[in-house]
Amino acid sequence: MSDTALRALPSRGPAAIAVRLWPWIAALLVSVILPWLFYDFQHGRQSGFMVSMLSQTGMMIIFALSFNMLMGQAGLLSFCHSVLFGLAGYSTVHFLNAAGAGQLPVPMELIPLLAGLSGLGFGIVFGYMACKQRSTAFAMITLGIVQLVTTAATMFHHFFGGEGGVKTDREIGISLFGLEYGQSIQVYYLIVAWMMISAVGMYFHTMTPLGRMANACRDNHERAQFVGYDPRIVRFLQFAVSGFYAGVAGGLFAITYEIVTFDAVAAPLAANALLMAYIGGATTFFGPVLGAILITLLQSGVSLMSNSWLVYVGVLFIAMVTFAPTGLTGIILEHAPIARAGLLRRLVVPYLRILLPGLVVLFGFVGVVELLSFLTIGMAQGKRLELFGRAVDIFGSAPWIASLACLLGGGFWLTRESRHFKRVWDGLTEVARR
Amino acid sequence: MQIGLISLLDGLVYGMLLFMLASGLTLILSMMGVLNFAHASVYMLGAYFAYELSRWVGFWPALIIAPLLCGAIGAAIEVWGLRRVHHNGHIAELLFTFGLVFIIGRAVQMAWGMLPMPYRVPASLDFPLFSLYGENFPAYRGFMLLISALMLLTIWLLLKKTRIGLIIQAALTHPSMVSALGHDVPSVFTIVFAGGSLLAGLAGVIAGNYLTTESSMADAMGPIVFVVVIFGGLGSLAGCFIASILMGMVQTFSVVMEWSFADMLRPLGISVSADDLLGEILTISISRIGPLVPYVLLIVILLFRPRGLMGTRET
Amino acid sequence: MQRLRLLAITCLMLLGLAVAGQRSLAADDTIKIGYIDPFSGAFASGGDASLKMFQFIVDYINAKGGALGKKFELVTFDDKLQPAEALIALKSVTDQNLPFVMSCVGSNVGSALIDAVNKHNARNPDNRVLQINCGQLATELTNEQCSFWHFRFTGSVEMRAVARIKSLPQSVKSVYLLNQDYLFGQSIEKDTKRFLAEYRPDIKIVADEFIPLMQIKDFAPYVTKIKASGAQSLLTGNYGPDLNLLLKAAVDAGLEIRFDTYLAHVIGAATAMGSAGEGRVTSVLDDHENIPSEEHNAEAEDFVKKWRATHDFMFIAVPSVTQFEMMVRAINQAGSTDAVKVALALEGMEQKDLFGATNIMRKDDHQLLYPYYEGVFTKNVKYDAEKTGLGWKTEFKTTVADETLPTTCKMKRPSS
Repeated sequence: MSDTALRALPSRGPAAIAVRLWPWIAALLVSVILPWLFYDFQHGRQSGFMVSMLSQTGMMIIFALSFNMLMGQAGLLSFCHSVLFGLAGYSTVHFLNAAGAGQLPVPMELIPLLAGLSGLGFGIVFGYMACKQRSTAFAMITLGIVQLVTTAATMFHHFFGGEGGVKTDREIGISLFGLEYGQSIQVYYLIVAWMMISAVGMYFHTMTPLGRMANACRDNHERAQFVGYDPRIVRFLQFAVSGFYAGVAGGLFAITYEIVTFDAVAAPLAANALLMAYIGGATTFFGPVLGAILITLLQSGVSLMSNSWLVYVGVLFIAMVTFAPTGLTGIILEHAPIARAGLLRRLVVPYLRILLPGLVVLFGFVGVVELLSFLTIGMAQGKRLELFGRAVDIFGSAPWIASLACLLGGGFWLTRESRHFKRVWDGLTEVARR
Repeated sequence: MQIGLISLLDGLVYGMLLFMLASGLTLILSMMGVLNFAHASVYMLGAYFAYELSRWVGFWPALIIAPLLCGAIGAAIEVWGLRRVHHNGHIAELLFTFGLVFIIGRAVQMAWGMLPMPYRVPASLDFPLFSLYGENFPAYRGFMLLISALMLLTIWLLLKKTRIGLIIQAALTHPSMVSALGHDVPSVFTIVFAGGSLLAGLAGVIAGNYLTTESSMADAMGPIVFVVVIFGGLGSLAGCFIASILMGMVQTFSVVMEWSFADMLRPLGISVSADDLLGEILTISISRIGPLVPYVLLIVILLFRPRGLMGTRET
Repeated sequence: MQRLRLLAITCLMLLGLAVAGQRSLAADDTIKIGYIDPFSGAFASGGDASLKMFQFIVDYINAKGGALGKKFELVTFDDKLQPAEALIALKSVTDQNLPFVMSCVGSNVGSALIDAVNKHNARNPDNRVLQINCGQLATELTNEQCSFWHFRFTGSVEMRAVARIKSLPQSVKSVYLLNQDYLFGQSIEKDTKRFLAEYRPDIKIVADEFIPLMQIKDFAPYVTKIKASGAQSLLTGNYGPDLNLLLKAAVDAGLEIRFDTYLAHVIGAATAMGSAGEGRVTSVLDDHENIPSEEHNAEAEDFVKKWRATHDFMFIAVPSVTQFEMMVRAINQAGSTDAVKVALALEGMEQKDLFGATNIMRKDDHQLLYPYYEGVFTKNVKYDAEKTGLGWKTEFKTTVADETLPTTCKMKRPSS
């Protein structure tokens, strides 16, 4: 769908190139500047937590994009994408250890390339097995593979290090730019660089014959067969290439954390990729990027604030699949016809009108969940309950009434406002179509 | 020999338990195409409900009420949730059930806490049924076998002898045709989903005290049930039954196998040491990798027979 | 238009409130300890139980006055039992300049943290942090992996193995080893065999078996195998569902042998065995609640009574009380929470624990040395476990000298 958006733009001249490139340049600028917004002036250092979060987001963006090469582009639901990520991570640890011992003269900047190649290798091995089938059978083979490899990772010690995982030190002393990579901000910029390289690579992949054939096999594999392509080979190649990028992400994971354990190959990580791709929007190229940012924020950020974060994640999924099946980018793209008709301004007021009850419902829901979970779990742990920055008395009736009122009242208000919004929206799309 | 006979019984009990869980999932997956990850969560709910009910009204009423509650929850999920998501595609449905897994998991922790529940076998069934080579066979295991056999019989009768059963059977293999013939397929879906959840709940009730009732029990059961369903093949309850029993047997018999691949190579004059990854794989004994066997079997069967053991159509 | 502006302003105010809420930091008059453990997901029960005990200990220590006139405070971080998440949480701990980071569950997390703390302290000498280990047992953590910045206030697998083997009655002549197939289970198996050879060469190991971690749902086949082997005792380091299901299956099948375990006192196992475990399940314990009445120790008895008044599961964290008492002394001695000074003060420190035994923080490897108890699960005890009517009774006790084992630690000490 991003292609159609692009096709509508002028296609020649330097201005056109600038227009085509602006999302990339903006993304690069934002990712370069972002860590400095959280600079800790009091202590004169980077916020380590933010840099970690951003690094995690960066590698997850690569991972989610590579997953979407399978799900979005080829229509393959893979549960073993984490296996490619994790095994490449394990390999990277061994590469780094070898490089640190002077046996592998590869500069740090190119280690992710090695990781990608090992990801490609594992992609070929597992792709050969899984890609014999399609659809549900494919998904189930990958489910088998992920369980197999996860259990094996805790069992075999020479490669996986058992449950303790394998460790490394990223200060291998070989670098193209003379960097030590001791500070995590340096690693962050390495991740940004590889993220951009991988994203560009995957973007161009969508335009190659292979990328196009993957689309064709997704949409109608029988027809693709009639045209003379072997869908199985297409699936296999697509799987292997996506393995390369998953491997790059896995390599960056190993470099960032300097340890890889069996969690890196396990199914929850693959499920995360699925969520990122879906919530961001699997039908667009950039969707998974949004999804990766959102899910990482939830997982590493919200989970530090509330132990009930899984409830919020669950509710988010359910809300997304019910109300926004095309994901976040899908919602954004639906505005395109209205924007083209120059009517976007008319949506501002309706948006604000649903935003307010939306926030009230959110407030009420968070309040109810936190109060309940504090009542049954948190209180026994001897914690104090803080909601929205203030201490709350669990036995007072005020917080309960306020939360419930917000939830119910806000919910009622929201349904009314959303009906209004839908009217306005339908009207506008009608006008835009004309 | 003595180990063989006892293992056979153990495998049968475990296999029947798997079947109880898997039969519901087979129906749901074959008819609706939903990879229902929340199935094991409903199983967990069944166990918790049964524990709570058995504290107030005793085990026997709980045996009836808890599965019915689970069935009602299943129906609610289908009517208010899945039905709305259905037109957004299978991955949307899958993610919907993912979301449910998280919510149910946390809700159970909030309601009952994090510790295992003291959900026990009722006193009236807590005696050894018979003794085999000095090892007791608890009456409760016999009871589990009985319940699952009764359940098998009931499902079979329902599917073969009733009108709704015929429609379900038809919808298993040709859902669009059934709809074209004018049957109310959505309400059939609801019935199937509720029925599947009821069976999962029943499995939870009778497994919760045989195994343990705790908030991680859903995660432990989830993957293996999928393996059983896919291995057995979509659209076939018989395949599901055979797969369940087979997986039960595999799990129990692999435990007693002490040999490794290296032992098989030894007569050929090849000796292997566990010094590298390959050596490690070859020298590990079968009993240590028992739980891996179902996944290997799954991969192997799907490679050569994508419809599964007795599946009636391509997955 | 006016309405629009009103709406916009309300939204901005709400957002502002939310942001301001996040920024409000608590006053800096407490000594904060970053506490990283699993608090959500399937492993949350471990973190939950530890947190309850630690909150109780912190209240107890604070009531005694804390350190440097300040009170202790726990700041919790959820690691979901994943090393990568624990490392992100560690970043958060160091960002907030918390002087201590503590973690109890999962040797894999502990090992990852040791590594990360070493690197952090080397790379950021102005913002060092001390790692307190309150429950990660792998022996490696104070041997091969030992670190100046890491202090373990719980017994290693080795120390537990000594107590386990020494406490086996002379009548036991054959044992069946059953352990989980991963780092912890393997090191238990290794140390069990080592000390069996050293202290009890008369005992025959009839089987040495590993089970896949957390994968087995039905333990009946294993029970059959154990029965067939004719062993007098099942020696197992299993914990969690792997222990609970094993005990349950064994009890159901009427397996009439001893169960000499390492971790049957951990939450959940008592519920699983119930009265069927009476008199034949033993465990190696740091402490249990019936020790005070066995040893007629009034102060400890008072402590247990207070715990039981508010909690319904067993307190098994006396070394952690010792940990906080040592930390109070070390911080007072150092005059600050500076990592190097506190670490130097902790080294070699001796402290009487709640039961009156002298515990030593060994300087060579930063391992706390303290006596171990071996207890049997039985009736007629003062405090029962998990409302089963049965509880732990001491059968055997090791001394600090027993537990002082040679270490292979070659510690890198900071030059400054």
